[in-house]
Amino acid sequence: MPNFDAWNDQTAQSLIEAHKSKPGALLPILHALQGRFGYVDAGIVPALAKALNLSRAEVHGVISFYHDFRDAPPGAHVVRLCRAEACQAMGNERLITQAKDRLGIDFHETTKDGRFTLEAVYCLGNCSCAPALMIDDKVYGRVDARRLDQLLDGAGKRS
Amino acid sequence: MSTRIFVPGDSSALSVGADEVAERIAAEATRRKLDVTIVRNGSRGLYWLEPMVEVEVKGERIAFGPVAVDDVAGLFDGKFLTGGAHQLRQGPTEEIPYLKKQQRLTFARCGITDPLSLDDYQAHGGYRGLKRGLGLAPDAIVKEVIDSGLRGRGGAGFPTGIKWRTVLATPADQKYIVCNADEGDSGTYSDRMIMEGDPFVLIEGMTIAGLAVGATEGYIYIRSEYPHAFRQMNRAIEIALEGGFLGANVMGSGRAFRLHTRLGAGAYICGEETSLLESLEGKRGQVRPKPPLPAIEGLFGKPTVINNVISLASVPIILDRGAEFYRDFGMGRSRGTLPIQLAGNIKRGGLIELAFGITLRQLIDEFGGGTASGRAFRAVQVGGPLGAYFPTSLLDTPLDYEAFAALKGMLGHGGVVVFDDSVDLAQQARFAMEFCAIESCGKCTPCRIGSTRGVEVIDRIVAGTDVDKNLTVLDDLCETMIDGSLCALGGLTPFPVLSAVKHFPEDFDRAPSRRRTRSAA
Ligand SMILES: Cc1cc2nc3c(=O)[nH]c(=O)nc-3n(C[C@H](O)[C@H](O)[C@H](O)COP(=O)(O)O)c2cc1C
Ligand code: SF4
Ligand code: FES
Repeated sequence: MPNFDAWNDQTAQSLIEAHKSKPGALLPILHALQGRFGYVDAGIVPALAKALNLSRAEVHGVISFYHDFRDAPPGAHVVRLCRAEACQAMGNERLITQAKDRLGIDFHETTKDGRFTLEAVYCLGNCSCAPALMIDDKVYGRVDARRLDQLLDGAGKRS
Repeated sequence: MSTRIFVPGDSSALSVGADEVAERIAAEATRRKLDVTIVRNGSRGLYWLEPMVEVEVKGERIAFGPVAVDDVAGLFDGKFLTGGAHQLRQGPTEEIPYLKKQQRLTFARCGITDPLSLDDYQAHGGYRGLKRGLGLAPDAIVKEVIDSGLRGRGGAGFPTGIKWRTVLATPADQKYIVCNADEGDSGTYSDRMIMEGDPFVLIEGMTIAGLAVGATEGYIYIRSEYPHAFRQMNRAIEIALEGGFLGANVMGSGRAFRLHTRLGAGAYICGEETSLLESLEGKRGQVRPKPPLPAIEGLFGKPTVINNVISLASVPIILDRGAEFYRDFGMGRSRGTLPIQLAGNIKRGGLIELAFGITLRQLIDEFGGGTASGRAFRAVQVGGPLGAYFPTSLLDTPLDYEAFAALKGMLGHGGVVVFDDSVDLAQQARFAMEFCAIESCGKCTPCRIGSTRGVEVIDRIVAGTDVDKNLTVLDDLCETMIDGSLCALGGLTPFPVLSAVKHFPEDFDRAPSRRRTRSAA
């Protein structure tokens, strides 16, 4: 589930076609592309601009505005650690340090073996079960050091 | 007869193992040849008890929690299907004081029903509000909402009915209802709970809004951090459509209302209403100057009602029970109930829906039971990342829009985040500035640049460099941000910062000679 397809222009084009008639189609298309490939390849910008009758600069401006959209493929699993206040109150700083140390990367980086990308997130709506994190699209709560290790072990094995 | 067992499918419950518990219950029941039906309800909001499993015994639900996978066999051994004794037994759910003391209006069904069952929804009062609305003239619906005193629950507290009246009075070939489900405030999750636990109430509320102002199209803009709520909302919309509650002919009335969902893309600013509209149109989420108000020129330039999830989800009960019923809850100009989200370092965190007026102290002590760590309480942040930090001395403040405004704070979306005495308020102030720098839409200099300067100034203060001078610089900077920002991101970020400085000055007084020692957490 978590793994993404390798970028494919034809598939990308068909995803554009599938969504382009929606009102305000650009975000739904970008989500569809990233959902399939894990990122939005810069090479698709001209096709997006053409399909939506926008300038390339406008399309690029939108992609770069939103934190979600990546311009390079992520690791097999994306780990998003909540940095926001309720999780701070429950010691998220220690988890963040642990995750960074264990994976040997900082936020917005991918491990050399391509297994994990680490990202920061500002609230997952799991504030009463803090500290929280998300791996791919599953949320975990009341995460302590041991659980973090287990989760990373588990995800590492799945990839 | 099959025994009904409820295991929440709410994403917070899932985050602590609800799926695994449900699977184990099913397996264990099969192994023991017991006839059970597992319902995946929403959460009751008693989050410290999640995963909270309920068993229906002679029409009454008995709660057990927090249930771990390894507890399941023991629960069966203890005959939990007939409500038998077990150390995780919490008694009849409705008698749990945390729940019993609440006034659940908007959350009347959440956690009780199967969220995707239209039959369940209607059996518990659902669609009565819309039914009544269909028999009323648009201005009568608007009047009902105005009279209820309902104010926007997204943060700004603007009277919902007044906004609707403007949209109703603005003629156009197309109008829109937009639901703000961006729920960006840290410490809040009530929108998520409704979307996952009682999605039809939001659909019903939006449909009533459509009738009231003459809009036939609605959009729900859901933050991308909520993939589970997004899926659940989509399923609920499909089911409502099939059931004749959405589409060309709502409940056989001949009136149309269509509903669409859109995903955000990880930008806090897209919770601001005009930025959200830009984003819905497929653009960068930059804030629009007002006027024009969205009520006059909103989505795709058309008159648009934009309301928070909870505002819209509170409309069905107002229509069903009448404006007076709703208005009778609350204090001063804060009418009705507020779904409070108690979170952070708290023993019993969860959703607490109550009439306005309860004090912070009652919330933290009576509901929350003190800190989770067992250490002393030190600070509470109310109203999300732009909300003020309050010390013990302000805990008797009642939850009321005006009482908070008077203390340079805000209720916002009802998030209450508790910190114990290991918190460092200088770091919290720094984070507020950092967050503003990360999330600024970039339109105004005081917000974009000021926030980065703010981080640097606080770093200097913490390092003990010219503390007094830098505190003055910080003050001036905050003033510039308050005065020179187009929207509340830049305009309110100073509130957590200034409240931290004001109420916790000792955390900023770090000149090495004066540095106080704090025991490490
Ligand atoms: C920076 C910023 C972020 C906001 N985020 C949200 C949000 O996540 N959800 C929300 O409902 N309102 C949010 N608001 C408030 C909206 O601008 C707007 O007031 C609200 O959607 C109106 O709906 P209501 O009247 O029902 O509250 C935010 C405002 C600002 C300035
Ligand atoms: S205050 Fe900040 S977020 Fe708001 S409009 Fe200005 S730059 Fe954008
Ligand atoms: S603050 Fe971390 S989940 Fe809300």
